[in-house]
Amino acid sequence: MGRRKRSTPEINAGSMADIAFLLLIFFLVTTTMDVDKGLMVKLAPWTDEPPPEDNLKKEKNIFVVLINSNDQLLVEDDYFSIDQLRLAAKDFINNNGDGTCSECNGLRNPASSDNPQKAVISLQNDRGTSYQMFVKVRNEILGAYSELRNDLSERKYGRSFPTLNDEDRSVIVGVYPQFISEAEPVSVGK
Amino acid sequence: MSLIRKKKSKETPPVSTASLPDIVFMLLFFFMVTTTMREVTLLVRLKKPKATEMQKLDRKDLTTYIYMGSPKNPELYGSEPRIQLDDQLGNIGDIQSFVILKREEINEAERPKFTVSIKADIDVKMGLISDLKQELRKAQALKISYSTNPAASPEELFKTY
Repeated sequence: MGRRKRSTPEINAGSMADIAFLLLIFFLVTTTMDVDKGLMVKLAPWTDEPPPEDNLKKEKNIFVVLINSNDQLLVEDDYFSIDQLRLAAKDFINNNGDGTCSECNGLRNPASSDNPQKAVISLQNDRGTSYQMFVKVRNEILGAYSELRNDLSERKYGRSFPTLNDEDRSVIVGVYPQFISEAEPVSVGK
Repeated sequence: MSLIRKKKSKETPPVSTASLPDIVFMLLFFFMVTTTMREVTLLVRLKKPKATEMQKLDRKDLTTYIYMGSPKNPELYGSEPRIQLDDQLGNIGDIQSFVILKREEINEAERPKFTVSIKADIDVKMGLISDLKQELRKAQALKISYSTNPAASPEELFKTY
């Protein structure tokens, strides 16, 4: 009896692993673990009445970036190419004209911004501007801020900005807050 | 004596692989469960712009996607860039209710973190995107993200024109 029991053939489960592996590999390959990345922007709340004229803000504290429908840049009434924009924006934010920003090492040009707390970058585009150009400009402006924050972080803590803890990070952000205004587009022609 | 000797002379039993399928099945079920097959089928052509200064959107469940681009099927939908909301093409007027509905699905404590990710094609004109932004402002969806692909180097961004 015992002998007969031992001789009953087992179901061969060896190929089971192969089948399961095949399925596993299929799911591994098809799973898209794509992380969505993007330029984070905070919009201004909607108001029915037209936005108040910024009479209070001095003109020198506003860095005007215009993009026309041919994707050309006009920055502070000068023609610009995109690779000059980051440096110009950095100089503007970091200028520290009235000397209230003790951490800044700007040029202190009296004709440019008073301090980073007052400096506003105004981005205005045409309805015909391409999205690609807009993202490039937006990227350069964000890049200017992140470079300034990184420089300050290296000077102050000896580490790069993304590696700081929350407390130190908010100190840096307090020195260089981001003020970027995206004005409603004008339609000058397509 | 002879019985013991007989056992010793037997070959070493092979390592049992019987539990291997179980382990693999466990992994398989893990991947099957975590895989979200909820990707929408894109009705518009989408080539995202490149950038270097992006941030990761960490909470997928708090994010709503809006796709923009020229329709893949121009005979049916025309060649002008359109907006895709979930699985269908929508108009500017549909955005407010779409976004509000999406926000209602999130529990109340986390609603301030609600983010709209704009996945627009590089050839879309800013006019359409500005219209979208106005609608989002009206719907009080103020956290937005311009979805981009990473650029290999910052210089790559200047080269294209």
